[in-house]
Amino acid sequence: MSSRRDFMGMALGGFTALGGIGALMAMKKTWDPLPSVKSAGFTTIDLKDYEENKLVTEKWRGKPIFVLKQSKELMAKTTEETKKRLIEVDGDHYMVCVGLCTHLGCIPGYDAADQSFLCACHGGMYDATAEVTKAPPPRGLDIPPFKIEGTKLVLGGTGPEYEKMLADGTTLKV
Amino acid sequence: MAHFEKANSLNEWLDQRIGIETLKKVMQSEYWIPKNINFLWAMGMVLAATFGILLVSGIFLLMYYNPSTDLAFDSVNYTIMTEVGYGWLWRHVHGVGASLVFLIIYIHMFTGIYYGSYKKGRELIWLSGMLLFVLFSAEAFSGYMLPWGQMSYWAGMVITNLFAGGSLHADGFVEWIRGDYVPAQAFLSRFFMLHVLLLPLAIIGGIVFHFGTLRLPHVNNQDGDEVDFAESARLWKEGTTESRRESQVIPFSPVFLSKDVFVMGVYFILFFFLVFYHFEFAMDPVNFDPADGLKTPAHIYPEWYFLWSYEVLRPFSTNVGLIAFAIAQVIFFTLPFLDRSPNVAPANRRGLFHVWFWAMLVDMLVLTFMGKLPPQGIWSTIGLVAAITFFILWISLPIITKLEKKL
Repeated sequence: MSSRRDFMGMALGGFTALGGIGALMAMKKTWDPLPSVKSAGFTTIDLKDYEENKLVTEKWRGKPIFVLKQSKELMAKTTEETKKRLIEVDGDHYMVCVGLCTHLGCIPGYDAADQSFLCACHGGMYDATAEVTKAPPPRGLDIPPFKIEGTKLVLGGTGPEYEKMLADGTTLKV
Repeated sequence: MAHFEKANSLNEWLDQRIGIETLKKVMQSEYWIPKNINFLWAMGMVLAATFGILLVSGIFLLMYYNPSTDLAFDSVNYTIMTEVGYGWLWRHVHGVGASLVFLIIYIHMFTGIYYGSYKKGRELIWLSGMLLFVLFSAEAFSGYMLPWGQMSYWAGMVITNLFAGGSLHADGFVEWIRGDYVPAQAFLSRFFMLHVLLLPLAIIGGIVFHFGTLRLPHVNNQDGDEVDFAESARLWKEGTTESRRESQVIPFSPVFLSKDVFVMGVYFILFFFLVFYHFEFAMDPVNFDPADGLKTPAHIYPEWYFLWSYEVLRPFSTNVGLIAFAIAQVIFFTLPFLDRSPNVAPANRRGLFHVWFWAMLVDMLVLTFMGKLPPQGIWSTIGLVAAITFFILWISLPIITKLEKKL
């Protein structure tokens, strides 16, 4: 008698648990970003359009993208290490980064005279290659995935230059 | 079929069917409250009343609020504020209520800490109360997203980024919470759902549970005395002037509740003074600019009631700050277990614990003020010292309470 009840209890419990796990999976998937949100994640910019030491903010996946063409004066200051953060096209160097502070995601402001970024939220600072110069940010601004096509840059695509940056730890995946 | 007699009154009719007399006894006329208490014991019912007002004003706001990123801002600032008859009233009541509910929660919490109302059988009261604090915090945050102004957007961005876990870089998890790469339509819709359905349901359940945990241990009193509830109840029920004077207790309803209502009366004078004359303290001016994902406000700070835990996060580097912040969010849950003293007594009779209590209160006030100031120069230093003091106080609690003399 008791073994029969045990069996019924276990069978009921088992099927209920199975259904519960299924429902949790469905709930998790419902909260995932929609396919339409994911597929709209590409932006193309033309690097010919930018002027030296003038910060332009583009938009990719709803996030601000900083584009800063480096001047001769700025390039003289960069070391081999920070130069790795720049994208070279037709002999010019460009800083292309997600314009969200790596601390908690505020947008740092650019001071063209001082050639540095300051995040007003918690006081973090970056140089013109977006490498961090003052804490709390743990690292320089992240570089979005990109693919070079002539003088154009496809944000969201992945080219060999970006893969190299990922491989040597210049940037994290965003 | 159970046997039913013809009922002679509505009360009798209900009693036969749902035992309303028993219910009234358990919840009201024979739920005993010690006489030896003061106005601070009314904060629970003040909170319940404030929650009721938030619920009613929220229902009226819900009728014209539009949870779409294109329309949310205008539906609040234009439609509700200028077109809907008395729409401004519901909004200001809701905003002021959300702020004051935290003021009363903090008073309620520190009353419990001062009188030792969290131990010797009252642990679950404290734990369920802390659970309500967390739920109210989530409710406040999700509600703050809804007007879709600059502070809504950027608070949403910063707070959801906390879930990346610093160096863990769980960006996928953050995107899952948001349903997008940045706070957008999916984010607004789901926080709207949380604010108007799931969290209020959880809060109502939490309140019922909190009341339930109170029923057997009963509320504490000003001296932490152990009351013989059975004997005192017998004396009260005897009903003579002498016996009732001798009894240490009064029934929750109508006797204690009438005192509660008096305190509520005083409280609601303050409440409606703020609603009608100083509602702006609960309305951040920055949030009157529509959300813009390409422009961060100069200073991002939370509402006043989150400032202390924000200031615990701010002075440290990302990972240390996150851990400090996470600990600060849950440390109050551990109070009944970190207090090693068997004494249930007001703090002023507990030696070093008295110092600890005021040091903690003052430290949290300092953290609150520093959290509002820009993180520069001397303010940065004071904030750091106060944040470190916060943790030193918690580490010292088991030691000083262990050394405490038994009263």
